[in-house]
Order: sequence, then structure tokens, then C-alpha cells
Amino acid sequence: MSAVLNDETKKVLVTPLVNDNPITLQVLGICSALAVTSQMSTSLIMALALTLVTAFSSAAISAIRNHIPSSIRIIVQMTIIASLVIVVDQILKAFAYEISKQLSVFVGLIITNCIVMGRAEGYAMKNPPLESFIDGIGNGLGYSLILIIVAFFRETLGSGKLLGIEVFKLTKDGGWYDPNGLMLLPPSAFFIIGLIIWGVRQWKPNQVEKVEFKIMSIAHGEGGHH
Amino acid sequence: MLDKKMSCKQLEGICAALDKNEQYQKFKVYRDKVLALGNDSLEKTIAIAVSLCLVCAVLVSFAAVALKPLQIDNKAADMKKNILDVAGLLEEGADINSAFAEKIEAKIVDLETGDYVENINADEFDQRKAAKDPAQSVAIPKDKDIAHIRVKAKYAKVFLVKEGGTIKSIILPMHGYGLWSTLYGFLSVDADGQTVQSINFYDQAETPGLGGEVVNPNWRALWKGKKVYAETDQPSLEKGLITEADIGEPALSLIKGVVDNTKPGSQYQVDGLAGATLTSTGVTNLVRYWMSNEGFAPYLKKVRTVKGVKS
Repeated sequence: MSAVLNDETKKVLVTPLVNDNPITLQVLGICSALAVTSQMSTSLIMALALTLVTAFSSAAISAIRNHIPSSIRIIVQMTIIASLVIVVDQILKAFAYEISKQLSVFVGLIITNCIVMGRAEGYAMKNPPLESFIDGIGNGLGYSLILIIVAFFRETLGSGKLLGIEVFKLTKDGGWYDPNGLMLLPPSAFFIIGLIIWGVRQWKPNQVEKVEFKIMSIAHGEGGHH
Repeated sequence: MLDKKMSCKQLEGICAALDKNEQYQKFKVYRDKVLALGNDSLEKTIAIAVSLCLVCAVLVSFAAVALKPLQIDNKAADMKKNILDVAGLLEEGADINSAFAEKIEAKIVDLETGDYVENINADEFDQRKAAKDPAQSVAIPKDKDIAHIRVKAKYAKVFLVKEGGTIKSIILPMHGYGLWSTLYGFLSVDADGQTVQSINFYDQAETPGLGGEVVNPNWRALWKGKKVYAETDQPSLEKGLITEADIGEPALSLIKGVVDNTKPGSQYQVDGLAGATLTSTGVTNLVRYWMSNEGFAPYLKKVRTVKGVKS
């Protein structure tokens, strides 16, 4: 392992987890993070699918990066990503039918996930295949980490379960926990991701963006005279 | 391209054959010429686009074709599992295919007349596909389309659970629009075509935890014993016999809150899903639609009398 993981590749693999997390710092891939996180099982499969697609598409794009005409650059990347996503979708339908039914369109929507495209354009176009592959894995894991955290809160608080196993006994089954319906709806993931971003930036203040413009405060008494 | 040469060494036999092939030599010359071109030249742009499309198309079609048999098996097994489940015959660990073949018989029904259609192979008939085929479907008049499905197949595939030659239960397919999605499911009724045994939605995308609770076993259990059609107060009912005169319009519905079983009319009511009014309304509408004259009412009328299965 040490031969493969020199300091540079280790950095590529580990920085996307916290320091350069695709969701919390780059704020990419939010759409699917909202959609699939109401259950842990779907989140895990989605995370795995996205990690594989990002890794392999980055490697493939990087392998031909010196021959990609710049005028059709984006569409070449999209074609490779889309093909891989279709293959993943077909594999899920063949070997994990139940899960693929639950994920339905969201596997297909990996194509439009900004993380995959972002890594292809931002990293794989400039770096060799192996590094790009590891960068894809790293970013996939960064995405997975946030998905798992969000799914943990949404499934436990929203349905009193984790991976389908009961954690809190619900009132409707004679227990004590009254589930929070909001947690099952996509907007709740916004709140959780927002809180995570806040937490990470408190912990690592260098992630806070510089103020690009200042909101002018209107002195009291000046507004409302129209 | 370096990698290609390395792997070529390992496959010496193929490489040797390729080297002798004149077409391949021509291709190699062309390939090297194109690769040497500037990235933004027109010829290279087109060559890269075409070859990328070819490679991707081969990859995608290979995956699709190679995995197709597995996917079809999965789908068929899943459907059988759902039918066994709604029939109450699903046993943990039992082989689904043999249990299905043993206990369940598929039949095609002409929705308009309510007769069985014998000249169509029930195993191959796909009602969802038929609904999309203009030759096999009919548009539903707007005022009757309470399930919001716009078209329906002329024929429907029903499943009969038989025991010793007599029908024990009838499993009817139904679908209709909820809040976000079309819900597809089965309703199984006793041989009287009136008493619900179970309901099961196998394909839906309602809000998980709210409308998605249509798959909750606790909620589904509430359907058992409910009556589909309004019954009149005919004396025959008191004797436990149902005749056609006693059967009215579909009356089954989901209500807000919990059904009070002591009240009259509660036999037509099921608890609505908490926090999912629109899904609940959708379920009411689709059950009523498929049990009406537009759906299975003509068929149930015939099964009830012809087969003599009054309860």
C-alpha cells in the first residue's frame, strides 16, 4: 500500500473528506444529497455508485485528456460519465433489484451530479489517470461521508429506524417516539447540511469565504416612509 | 496509448494476427496520423467524437444485453412475490416460482364485457405495456377518469387463487395517480367479489414516511374484511347471501383519522394515511375507479353469479 499511497496521493485521497469536501466546501451535489438521504440503505448505495462513477470516469477522462479537443471537451466528459452511469444502473437492476427500485431515477441523475463533472473538469483534465482515479475515490468518499451523516439523522429522527432496524419505538406501534415528519421530506436535508457546513467552518475557520460585498444596513427610521 | 502497447504484448497471438491484417495496418497508420494532429483540428475533433461514441455504445449495449436476462428474472420474481403477498401466500424462504405456479392462475379479462379472453397467453400479456399501445387500449372519458390515468388497456390480467377447484380469492390489478406518482398495486377480494382480503402497492414513489406508508404492513392489515360495494338492506343479506340486487356502487374510501368500527358504514372505511391527504384521496379514487363499471365491476358480476360463489 505504501508504494501506491505516497504523500501526494494520500493528500488527494484525504483532503476531500473534510478540508475540501465537495458538499460542505464546494457545495456541489446537493440535489441528490437531498433526495436519497431519507434512508440509510439508499444513501449507502448511492454513495457507492457515485464514488465508483467519479473514480472511473475521472480515470477514463484523464487517460485521453491529451487528445480531447477543447471544443467538444464537456460533451466528451458527459458521454463517458453517462455511459458509466448507465452501466452502474444496469448492474444495480440485475444484482440489487430492491435497492434500484428505491433509488429509481436518482442513479440516472448521477450523470448530472456536479461532483462527477467537477472532478473531471477540475482535476482529471490536468492529472494522470491513477491520481485522477484516487481523486475520484476521495471526492466520492467526501460525498459519502456527508450523505451518511445526513441519512443518520433523517432516518432515526424521521422514522425511528436505522438501516430499517428499529431504534426508537414509535408511538403508532405503542412506543414513545413521535417521528418528525419534516425529516422525511427533502428540505430537512437542507437544514442538516447547513448545520454541518456551519459546524465545519467553526472548526476550520479558513473555509469561511471572504466577504465579496457588504450588505448595507439601513439606519432605523429611514425605511418605511414611502 | 502506451497502456495499449503493453497489453498487446500479453496478447501476442491476437497482436500477431492483427499485424498481418491489412485493414488493421491501414487503421493504425490513420490512427497515428490523427493522434498527431492538433487537438483543435476539425478532423481530429470528428474522429475523437466518433470513436468515443463507438466505444461508449459498445460498453453500454454490452452491459444492457448481458444483464438483461437477470433483470427480467428479477422483475418477474418481484411481481410474483407481490401477487403471493397480496394473496397472503408469501412464505419466508419458500421458492417463489414454484409457489406461484402451484397456487395461482393468471387470466385475461375483457374489461368491457367482463368475460375471460382465452386466445391471449396470460403469461406473456403485459397490462402496463398494453395500456400504452393504442391498438390495445381505450381513452377514458374525462368525467370518468377519477384515477387520472387517461388510458386503460382493454384487457386486464387478473389472478385467481384456487383451492380444490373453487375460487378462494381474486386478485385484481389497479393503478392511479397519488401525489407524485402513479401507484400500481393489487387488491385481493374474496370469491364474493366484495370482501377485501388485502391490498398491496408494488410500484409507487410517494413521499417516504407519509404517502409512502401505503406499503406499511400495519396499514395494509386495516383493509382486511372491508367491503368494496355499498350493500342494500335486502333480506338476502341477512341470510348471508349476496345477490346482484344487493350490490351497489363502489363505496370503499379512506377517511381522515381513525375509523370507528362501531359506527354504521365503517365496513366501507379505512384509516387515511396521516400527513398524506392527497395520496389517500388517490388511493380511494383508484380503488373506486377499478371497482366501478369502468374497471372490474362487469367481471365481478359474472364471477359472482356464474361460478356460484355467493358467500
